[in-house]
Amino acid sequence: MSDLAKKVEHQSIIDMNESFRMDGKGFKLWVGFLLVIILVAMAAYIYQLTSGLRVTGMGNYVSWGMYMTNFVFFIGISHAGTLISAILRVTGAPWRRPITRMAEAITLFALMIGAPMVMIDMGRPDRVWHVFAYGRLNSPILWDILSITTYVSGSLMYLYVALIPDLAIFVDKVKAPWQRKLFQKLSLGYKNTPEQEKILNKALGAMCIVIIPVAISVHTVVSWIFSMTLRPGWHSTIFGPYFVVGAIFSGTAAIITAMIVFRWAYGLKKYLTMVHFKALGKLMIALNALYIYFTVSEYLTIWYGRHEVDHRLMEVITSGIYGKMWFFMWAFCLFLPLALTVWFVMKKTEKYSLTIMMVATILINIGMYIKRYLIIVPTMMTTYIPAEAAGVKISYMPTVIEWSITFGGLAMFMLLYTMFSKIFPIISVFEIIEGIHQEGIEKVGVEA
Amino acid sequence: MSDQCNPQSCGCGSSRASQDGDGDTQRRQFLKFGFASFAAMAGAVGFHSFEAKAQSKKGDAKGETCGGPTPALSTSGKLIDPITGKEIEKEPHYHSHAGNKAVREGIPNRKWVMVIDLAECDGCEKCTSSCSKAHNTPPERQWIRVFKMSGTAEKKPYWFPKPCFQCDDPPCTRVCPVDATFKRQDGIVLIDNERCIGCRFCMAACPYSTRYFNWGPVKNVVEAGYTPEKSTPRKMGTVEKCDFCPDMLREGKLPHCATACTMGAIMFGDANEDAVTDAKGRTYRLSKLLAEKGGYRYLEELGTKPSVYYLPAKNPTYDPPKIDESEIKEVAMNFGFAKENSNV
Repeated sequence: MSDLAKKVEHQSIIDMNESFRMDGKGFKLWVGFLLVIILVAMAAYIYQLTSGLRVTGMGNYVSWGMYMTNFVFFIGISHAGTLISAILRVTGAPWRRPITRMAEAITLFALMIGAPMVMIDMGRPDRVWHVFAYGRLNSPILWDILSITTYVSGSLMYLYVALIPDLAIFVDKVKAPWQRKLFQKLSLGYKNTPEQEKILNKALGAMCIVIIPVAISVHTVVSWIFSMTLRPGWHSTIFGPYFVVGAIFSGTAAIITAMIVFRWAYGLKKYLTMVHFKALGKLMIALNALYIYFTVSEYLTIWYGRHEVDHRLMEVITSGIYGKMWFFMWAFCLFLPLALTVWFVMKKTEKYSLTIMMVATILINIGMYIKRYLIIVPTMMTTYIPAEAAGVKISYMPTVIEWSITFGGLAMFMLLYTMFSKIFPIISVFEIIEGIHQEGIEKVGVEA
Repeated sequence: MSDQCNPQSCGCGSSRASQDGDGDTQRRQFLKFGFASFAAMAGAVGFHSFEAKAQSKKGDAKGETCGGPTPALSTSGKLIDPITGKEIEKEPHYHSHAGNKAVREGIPNRKWVMVIDLAECDGCEKCTSSCSKAHNTPPERQWIRVFKMSGTAEKKPYWFPKPCFQCDDPPCTRVCPVDATFKRQDGIVLIDNERCIGCRFCMAACPYSTRYFNWGPVKNVVEAGYTPEKSTPRKMGTVEKCDFCPDMLREGKLPHCATACTMGAIMFGDANEDAVTDAKGRTYRLSKLLAEKGGYRYLEELGTKPSVYYLPAKNPTYDPPKIDESEIKEVAMNFGFAKENSNV
């Protein structure tokens, strides 16, 4: 090992050990804050279980609402890991190295929050086992269960295998005895010998290729829940690729947000540098433009075609509260972040750089949430026979219960992510060392 | 239902021919679901034999029909055992537990259809109230809902009763992950609320918004004796909808909505027999009725193949619905009822 690599490794061990510390005041406050939100959500869910879904704003016309939006949103976030880790590994982008762990962890935890959202939405969660007892492959829900469980197990394996060398590095370097014991067990006797490294890289190389089609299938199938129906706005061939691009877009935005937060909270300036943010920024510009393109295609075809029911759907989307949300999404979640990201990438100085990106990426994810909401709710409001003709006024407004559970899901996601970073090194040290050897420290983007 | 189209009147094999006449959809459906062999068997089995089967609740239909004596029909339209000479009792309380084969397969050799004459419907909603009473539905819930259709300047407003269309290619059953909602060979789409997991995918998939969900705790008059054919007692967290009243059909009676329709606007019958009957006891030849009056199926272009036909509101016999012009906003060429959703 070169002196430079040694120095980086030594420094990163110190820095990671610092990030494992759980006695900070800020950390305790943060976890306490999240726990309060989670407890409120749990109480809300228990209330919903006993009283039924009538405590939500859903009704017989808008029979899917915020929970389904959460499902699509979190499954979308989960695509961060695939992009950064798998695609960039396959294409051999050296700057991916410090980010991979963070991205893979996001994938796993987002899936762990997203998938149960469907169960929260179920009228009879006590009958979940029916899906296994009577499941039929005709139903896109079964496709979802198959692809999401594959994706969960795949990304868990991927995260774990890529973690093994770091566990081996850290096993005798961490201070807490329980952590030492845990790392000892999980590292499976890995010692970073060249032979082991070869096997591990082979496994990772194969897994990162396999995980890409799985990830694409996941969000395609999520979109098919909607597009397999005959409802206006849903029954669309564009939905598969549209959802996949949307997922990668929001996932990448989420990873940038997470990077900025970790960089600030754990002082990871040396590992997450402008090299990474600029590279991701360029990627974001491409994804942002691509998503705008898809969104224009979606709405323009619906609007221009003037199919009677599509036309009414466009009226719902562009008027009232949905209209406000729609225009907000266009202006502040698609075009403004695009402008901000372009500005950031062109900027010569570092000043305010990360603030700009933080604002842009958070706006993107707010917009992506709104977008999924606007896919689900207005379509459910647009029936072929307008319900008004029967004297029914369709409306949907999420209740406190739905908001609580939604924020609870978000808090749970953040808690899982935080705890992960407190137990395992959030920066992939072995990959950085490997990168310094193979590509040089400049390309990896870390500072010695 | 009048005597000439009473289910009992078609004996063994007699309806096979009529099935070939109008049973195009049904034939395709049989093939599609691989029921060809069952169809051949069912073709030889009359309705009465099913009742015998339901009473004994064992054995297959074929053995019982061909093995036992063929019931005779009395002048008053009652089924008589040719050996004992006694009237064969109808099953008073048809009961089956969920998953029962008979419930899932339907009444053999039938293809139930409904015809709604929009020129006769005066929007009195007696169909709705009688249905709601029979099925003990909560106040706001209407399995058959009467819409006020406004049309345009060229088209007069009219009433539009909408039950479940019992589609022959139902988008709802296709998406059900647990086979809780299913299509039977007699054309009826039912829901097994002991199987339903409450995912509401069927509600999202139904283009006719015909399904209802039990969002909260339910109040049942009777708590026992559930069968998907009765759809009651209902259960919290499950989906329900208009079921074409198979429990009534098994007794040879019209569904509640058809019986309650004083205008005779709702006609019900069997496409295999090519006959529909209204509450006034008038029976029509289905094919002739549809051809003469320009019958159509609502949103047929969606390809769902509904079992409910409409006769257009031509020269209506009632006063058209009054539309409050200030409340509505015309958006398109057919229905002008989409209000601006400004405060939702």
